Amino acid sequence: MFGLHYNLERRSIGLAVAIIIVASIGGLVEIAPLFTIDETVEEDPDMRVYTPLELAGRNIYISEGCYACHSQMVRTLRDEVERYGPYSLAVESQYDHPMLWGSKRTGPDLARVGGKYSDAWHVAHLEDPRAVVPQSVMPSYSWLSRNELDREDLDKHLAAMRKVGVPYSDAMIENAPEDAYGQANPDSSRAGGVAERYGEETNIRSFDGDPERVTEMDALVAYLQILGRLTDAAEDQPALDDSELEGE
Amino acid sequence: MSVGERDPHSGHMTTGHDWNGIKELNRPVPKIIWLFLAATVIFSVVYWILMPAWPLGVTYTHGLLGIDQRDSLEAQLEEGAQQQSAWADQIREASLATIQEDPQLMETVRKTGATLFGDNCAVCHGTEGNGGPGYPNLSDQAWLWGGAPEEVQETLRVGINAEHPETRIGQMMAFGENRMLGRDEIRDVVTYVQSLFNPDAVADRPEEALANGEEIFAANCVSCHAEDGSGMTEVGAPNLTDDFWIYGGDRQSLYDTIFYGRQGVMPHWEGRLSPLERKVLALYVVDMSNREE
Amino acid sequence: MISQLTKGERQLALVISIAVAFLGLAMAGGGFGNPLGFHGFIVLLFALGVTFLILSGYFAPEPSPERLKRYYDDPIKVGVILSLIWGVIGMFMGVWVAALLAWPEMTFDAAWASFGRLRPVHTTGVIFGFGGNALIATSFHVMQRTSRARMPDQFSPWFVLLGYNLFCLLAVSGYFIGVTQSKEYAEPEWYADIWLVVVWVTYLVLYMRTLARRQEPHIYVANWYYLAFILVVAMLHIVNNLAIPISLTAAKSYSAFSGVQDAMTQWWYGHNAVAFFLTAGFLGMMYYYLPKRAERPIFSYRLSIVSFWGITFLYMWAGSHHLHYTALPHWVQTLGMTFSVMLLVPSWASAANALLTLNGAWHKVRDDATLRFMMVAAVFYGISTFEGSFLAIRPVNSLSHYTDWTVGHVHAGALGWVALITFGAIYTLAPILWKRQRMYSPALVEVHFWLALAGTLVYVFAMWNSGIIQGLMWRTYNESGTLAYSFVESVEAMHPYYIARTAGGLLFLAGIVVGFYNILMTIRRAPSLEASAAKQDEPVTSGAAPSPVSAGE
Ligand code: HEC
Ligand code: HEC
Ligand code: HEC
Ligand code: HEM
Ligand code: HEM
Ligand SMILES: [Ca+2]
Ligand SMILES: [Ca+2]
Ligand SMILES: [Cu+2]
Repeated sequence: MFGLHYNLERRSIGLAVAIIIVASIGGLVEIAPLFTIDETVEEDPDMRVYTPLELAGRNIYISEGCYACHSQMVRTLRDEVERYGPYSLAVESQYDHPMLWGSKRTGPDLARVGGKYSDAWHVAHLEDPRAVVPQSVMPSYSWLSRNELDREDLDKHLAAMRKVGVPYSDAMIENAPEDAYGQANPDSSRAGGVAERYGEETNIRSFDGDPERVTEMDALVAYLQILGRLTDAAEDQPALDDSELEGE
Repeated sequence: MSVGERDPHSGHMTTGHDWNGIKELNRPVPKIIWLFLAATVIFSVVYWILMPAWPLGVTYTHGLLGIDQRDSLEAQLEEGAQQQSAWADQIREASLATIQEDPQLMETVRKTGATLFGDNCAVCHGTEGNGGPGYPNLSDQAWLWGGAPEEVQETLRVGINAEHPETRIGQMMAFGENRMLGRDEIRDVVTYVQSLFNPDAVADRPEEALANGEEIFAANCVSCHAEDGSGMTEVGAPNLTDDFWIYGGDRQSLYDTIFYGRQGVMPHWEGRLSPLERKVLALYVVDMSNREE
Repeated sequence: MISQLTKGERQLALVISIAVAFLGLAMAGGGFGNPLGFHGFIVLLFALGVTFLILSGYFAPEPSPERLKRYYDDPIKVGVILSLIWGVIGMFMGVWVAALLAWPEMTFDAAWASFGRLRPVHTTGVIFGFGGNALIATSFHVMQRTSRARMPDQFSPWFVLLGYNLFCLLAVSGYFIGVTQSKEYAEPEWYADIWLVVVWVTYLVLYMRTLARRQEPHIYVANWYYLAFILVVAMLHIVNNLAIPISLTAAKSYSAFSGVQDAMTQWWYGHNAVAFFLTAGFLGMMYYYLPKRAERPIFSYRLSIVSFWGITFLYMWAGSHHLHYTALPHWVQTLGMTFSVMLLVPSWASAANALLTLNGAWHKVRDDATLRFMMVAAVFYGISTFEGSFLAIRPVNSLSHYTDWTVGHVHAGALGWVALITFGAIYTLAPILWKRQRMYSPALVEVHFWLALAGTLVYVFAMWNSGIIQGLMWRTYNESGTLAYSFVESVEAMHPYYIARTAGGLLFLAGIVVGFYNILMTIRRAPSLEASAAKQDEPVTSGAAPSPVSAGE
């Protein structure tokens, strides 16, 4: 064995090839089957896609670096399920390019925060976290309400998402900028199309309390309010069968 | 092969190579390393046999123990439920009044409720339930929808102005914005409302403002806040004669309230918190308000 | 420095930097109004700066052929300085983000200054800026010395070094304006990613070409590690960064993978960025500078072989330990855990090989802070890999994951291992590089050592404490079987530890500032080496071997 190596270490190309081969095995064995084993991602035909406004909000979540402090992954552990709700399923992040599972919880998990608080609370909290939660160490994001949301190129965003596998329809792509406006301005003529394309369940309202302007705050809050609600797959997970949630 | 030399310090031979002065001893790998490797490999192999481990195209080896993290969690939850059953069953079955009378159960409510409240409610109502601008104080005796535990429990279930189909709805109309009242009229009714809870504050206001305000109040507000301004729990309209305020009792806040209206949103907790958890919280909240005195 | 380049090399450099300037111009024009346009301006300015530099020395006389008898060290000198500059910036950012968690108001009402944007500035600044430059610089040094051959040309090392720093600049400036892919340690957007591929391929080719010219038939261990670092990082980088940009004139892109597959790919990358950037590369460094400074032979050649291949093979399986108990299927987690446990063997074998090499030189460790830096680094390498394997065990990870314990582990590795081995290597390297008898002030090296050690210990102990407390508070049940603490109570409990961590970070930062000063003074003031001693550090010994440098350079 050491004799073999004694020869290998005299050939730089041979050494390089050996390194590549040896280093490739682990990734191949662990990643490739995730595409071929069906049960890896649960089926859910009702899984809905992000609206343009929510997608824009997600991009703000990414560029502000919220993922540095917040996970979006409730693990299969009793305390997490009891604190945050049903554990996360693979299908829930099926349309997340990239996923935002996170690796640090300086703040609480957000996988199930959608609907937990009111829009007004989110706005107040993002503008000044310590005004509502005195112990918080979260930064304030007051500029989000000041900045108008850039909606113009949202159609390109949806088109790129379609290229990587998210089932956006042509109409969704075409109307993306209008839909982003309509979702945050329920009284506008453009609101109707949003419900039509994305479903009646879609949150259509002025998230930041000012329907005239569609701000980055609107987008981010719209995104936060949809977290954990793209699919109900997690709600009927077997682990909850005998727990308290049932039998209302 | 190049010829090595003996290292005087360790007595071992070198491999004979020299890289800009660096040499290597041609010493065998210490046994302990092989032992250590064997131990970790054996551990791993045993683990692979017992647990889900190796992918096989469209499936994977499930392991002899047949354990999956989701099943383990289920077992954990069951065990947890068992641990709780001593008191949980009692709370589930007993009436709210009975529980309130039982000091031991109330002790549990206080412990369990504190964390539930901290994780779900404190961001709005404060850790101590003291509320804040826009969020009612729960530790006082003033209630929008009534302070009986049954009522609080129902509030928790359906929320206020929430997404729940049966949500409680409490709307304070935007009298100014909707042009039902002019600015002067609002100023007068503010003066009147002030007089309800703090007559001294309006001592230097003109008589006729107060009288005018009283008239406007009678015409517009009594349907919700009652003749005497003491509120109506049926519609969630607050008592305006006490000194507890959600949005503030100073002139500016009162003016804003009447001009722009208010629809505070209290989320609903059905579907998120279990009936048991909501019951505990209702008791906890009521207990909190009793404790304050 | 330009005067050292041949006419042909000057021309090539000029052409390439003007081409890059045009690329920048195209980006700036096409991406106007988009962050991509801003980055276009940065590329343009950078390339124009380089062009100007080249022009300023363009007409200097050609270098004498004498130079071919010496190693080519100019890019190494610049790399060492760049590494220290990035180190000071990155660690300052570390102290800032640490302070932000203790006193969240220590910021401005501006997006660029918020925690989420500054944190990747810190991680990229230290890992890629400080660590990467140190790796590139030392690898240039080590590959030449252990091959006893000069680099094959003088252009590609500059392209690698400057191109790499342009990448770092694009990365860090991007975070400030919100450009990020959010994938940890792979945050830069698609165009920066592509640029890094170009730079990295050049790096690989340069490395292989230098090895091809070596005088000693066997390739030394340090080079195996550097080679693995270059090759595997390329592989990881390309796969994990696959993405579709929304348009060629916009910065934003969407990852090719989603959900669970994306998570696995990301942590296959993320964990092996640790393995092949922060571990393999620095092991290469250690395998050269530690025996060099100790003047002792490597403890065991065969142990080196076992640990090298063990690390190369086993590390690649371990990434899924970042995803325990998540929606990643259980079987992958099992593999991640078991391979992490086996990984401890080659890791400790490497640490042992380093420490046992010091047998016969322990008196030097006592007296020489530079060697002590490397000795302590090897110890921390052992500690952090033990800790890593421990954290990879599922039940342990159920407690540690998401907490400061991970951060403590990271910095035991990052400060204790990565930074300390780098300081040791730089202190060994600087006098050689600038042909000085010694460092300007050995006493300041000693000061730096104690500041760094104290800073590391304070940081790591603070995070171990806070992490374990945090993890326990999240899962503690009271006697009625319900959760004992709410989340914010755990946030409050962290406060004292966040203050302690900031203090530890300040000590560590003070250390590197002292070190930087010492290096600068060494360049300017330290007594220079006599010509005869300097002569020993040359490619061809006593004319015995044939000239390693072809004339056609
Ligand atoms: C420095 C770390 C940090 C960053 C960065 C951060 N947060 Fe937080 N976040 C916290 C902490 C700590 C809490 C808990 C205290 C509180 O509620 O403010 C929190 C709480 C929250 C909550 C309430 C969660 C709950 O269930 O109570 C939401 C929602 C939230 N953050 C959203 C965000 C968003 C959106 C961003 C980015 C724009 C962000 N956070 C950035 C630390 C952070
Ligand atoms: C998003 C913020 C928010 C959260 C979270 C929240 N509340 Fe409320 N809550 C409110 C608001 C706002 C009101 C007042 C509604 C109104 O003004 O009509 C309210 C009202 C109430 C009331 C009625 C008070 C009365 O006087 O009748 C109770 C009881 C209550 N909350 C308890 C809770 C409990 C228990 C929780 C946690 C499970 C909770 N709240 C979580 C915002 C919140
Ligand atoms: C349709 C019923 C309704 C009518 C009519 C109405 N109110 Fe209200 N009022 C409410 C409700 C419900 C709230 C609580 C809103 C909340 O908490 O979000 C409220 C809240 C208030 C408050 C804020 C109390 C606090 O704690 O901050 C004031 C002041 C007030 N009303 C005054 C008036 C006056 C003056 C008028 C007449 C001009 C009036 N209201 C008419 C239902 C009504
Ligand atoms: C002055 C010294 C340093 C200080 C004060 C410091 C501080 C910090 C802080 C506060 C964080 C964020 C932790 C959190 O989110 O809770 C962090 C993260 C990180 N730092 Fe440092 N750091 C220092 C040096 C270094 C060095 C030298 C390296 C690498 C060579 C490094 C690598 C990292 C990494 C990889 C992370 C991300 C950890 C994770 O995501 O889990 N740091 N550092
Ligand atoms: C045997 C070697 C090692 C093993 C098995 C190992 C294992 C681990 C584990 C289990 C985690 C925590 C994952 C989580 O819960 O999220 C982790 C995180 C980390 N480790 Fe190690 N580790 C090893 C060595 C090192 C070394 C030497 C460094 C050098 C700096 C290092 C740097 C990191 C970093 C930066 C992270 C944070 C990743 C993130 O969440 O952003 N590790 N490691
Ligand atoms: Ca991390
Ligand atoms: Ca990238
Ligand atoms: Cu790892």
